Amino acid sequence: MPEATEAIAQRELTLGEAVREAIAEEMRRDPTVVLLGEDVAEAGTPFKVLTGLSAEFGTNRVIDTPISEAGFTGLGVGAAMTGMRPVIDIMFGDFVALIMDQMVNQAAKVHYMSGGKWKVPMVLRTTLGATRRSAAQHSQSLHAWFSHIPGLKVAMPSTPYDAKGLMKSAIRDDNPVVFYEDKMMFRYKGLVPTEEYTIPLGVADIKRAGDDVTIVATSSMVQVALGAAKMLEDIGISAEVVDPRTTWPLDEKTIIESVKKTSRAIVVDEGYHRYGVTAEIASVIAEGAFHYLDGPVKRMGAMHVPIPFSPSLEDATVPTERSVFDAARALCNRS
Amino acid sequence: MTTAARSSKPSSGVAQKWLHAYRQMMAIRLFEEQVNDLYTRAIMPGLAHLYIGEEAVAVGICEALRKDDYITSTHRGHGHCLAKGAAPDQMFAELLGKEAGYCKGKGGSMHIADPTTGNLGANAIVGGSAGIATGAAFSAKHLRTDRVAVCFFGEGALGQGVLYEVMNLATLWALPVIYVCENNMYNEYTHFSETTAGDILARPAAFGVHAASVDGQDVRAVNAEATKLVERGRKGEGPSFLLCNTYRYRGHHVGDMNREYRTKLEETQWMSERDPITILTNWLLAEKHADSAQLENIQKEVQTEIEQAVKFALDAPYPKPEEVDQDVYA
Repeated sequence: MPEATEAIAQRELTLGEAVREAIAEEMRRDPTVVLLGEDVAEAGTPFKVLTGLSAEFGTNRVIDTPISEAGFTGLGVGAAMTGMRPVIDIMFGDFVALIMDQMVNQAAKVHYMSGGKWKVPMVLRTTLGATRRSAAQHSQSLHAWFSHIPGLKVAMPSTPYDAKGLMKSAIRDDNPVVFYEDKMMFRYKGLVPTEEYTIPLGVADIKRAGDDVTIVATSSMVQVALGAAKMLEDIGISAEVVDPRTTWPLDEKTIIESVKKTSRAIVVDEGYHRYGVTAEIASVIAEGAFHYLDGPVKRMGAMHVPIPFSPSLEDATVPTERSVFDAARALCNRS
Repeated sequence: MTTAARSSKPSSGVAQKWLHAYRQMMAIRLFEEQVNDLYTRAIMPGLAHLYIGEEAVAVGICEALRKDDYITSTHRGHGHCLAKGAAPDQMFAELLGKEAGYCKGKGGSMHIADPTTGNLGANAIVGGSAGIATGAAFSAKHLRTDRVAVCFFGEGALGQGVLYEVMNLATLWALPVIYVCENNMYNEYTHFSETTAGDILARPAAFGVHAASVDGQDVRAVNAEATKLVERGRKGEGPSFLLCNTYRYRGHHVGDMNREYRTKLEETQWMSERDPITILTNWLLAEKHADSAQLENIQKEVQTEIEQAVKFALDAPYPKPEEVDQDVYA
């Protein structure tokens, strides 16, 4: 950054840069933080998010692994139990299928099974998001799997500001935290304070205030919801966009309070629609604000199909600004 | 172990060492007999997988370790935990689901964990602790603590892919981890020859993991080999793999009474000809490191301690229901 801008409180970073800055700051602050994953060192990952970290911290702390997701995730669990704070990098969110025993039966349960004696301060960093034309095994958003498991926390930032603050909290947390980044948003820019800050896990953020309808949106769907809100404004509908920022812990209070105010709710999340995050949040709303609702809670997620390759097919599988706009308009009886 | 004053007076360091090993093996044997009794009398909830017959492996290995070295254990883990220094009273309390147990009753027989003795936890997923043990070795190297990590697993875990992933990592990064494969010949209810292709030692060797095998019924042989491997680890010479050939006297778990999958003759032969406690006893007597009276006294002391531990556990309260959602998050 040019010197003149250093005096101001904020500067613009991409989401990828914000993640990198968070990890770099924590690595400077705490020598037990190490990064392990496929192509994380000199290559800085295929998405280039970690570029420069191995140059600063050395390949002793930014460690390229073999293509052995279960092995190096399991190693991360043991390292976390014995004095390290590993950040484990799983390149594509689809590959978490390869590490489920390590996360679900090991990382998530060590603290409880040991009666609180062992801890697993580990971050599992991975991606979600479709529309990159990567087909069925490189496009899924499987964060609901981890949100379902007691003992894990799940962070889903939607802006560079949130990504940095949440990542720093995730690394400092004494529990295993799964950290999801939308691979389509790595170049998305936003203002990030120059001063150090953290964002607690479990606190939602109202990304836009409104009165007529609440759109609860996560990660990749927050910008979609904000786009829809802008379109709704043009037809006189005031939408509030609530970003939970973590699916667990879940800030139920903020969501419920918003719906009590607006009386209408749409939940948008890029995970599969069925049995997913939208179902859980819709249930939270139904239980917490039922008597305030003017209509059923609308859920919008990925279609119940493997993600297809062809653009014309893939684009039909995920919610869009237009589809969220249409849903909100229908919910507000403005067709 | 915390035991009453010892009546035996060892004449030398060697005698002292092996009398201690004898005591540890006897403690495991008698502990497990008590577990079986508690199960049979329907006092213990759930099931337990007994280590009887395999005592020389856990004791031979753990006697080569420091207190701050790490171990990971298995569903058949009582022996490993005791050999690493766990107290029988807190062990029994855990097995009975009591608040005073090692895991406050939240873990049970298959999940005993104890940071004070470096026990990272028993694991009920076969091969499930391979990553954890290798990660502990990673920490030891990174933090320069001079510790080693021992990963105990049965030959059944040879079927799990994650074991090979972490052996590869351990060699690449020269990690101080010792993979101890207890071949008790049965993957649950199936003879290992039906499940295990090729030469077992060729598997770690393929990853450049130093591999050796030993008579798992001879605690002195196990200990001699373990001592070498621990030294290798501490010197930064990387991982090793020790195949310990042993035998599970009882069934897969306490409820596996008939064991149709093997012959009674096979069982009798192992018990009468290859019993690890008998093998050590004969050596101690032959070398005049102890006489029968001394060994009998040790056995009585251990028996008393085990009985007191069971009584402690039986008398201990269950955790309060409010405890159920504590310790989910740190």
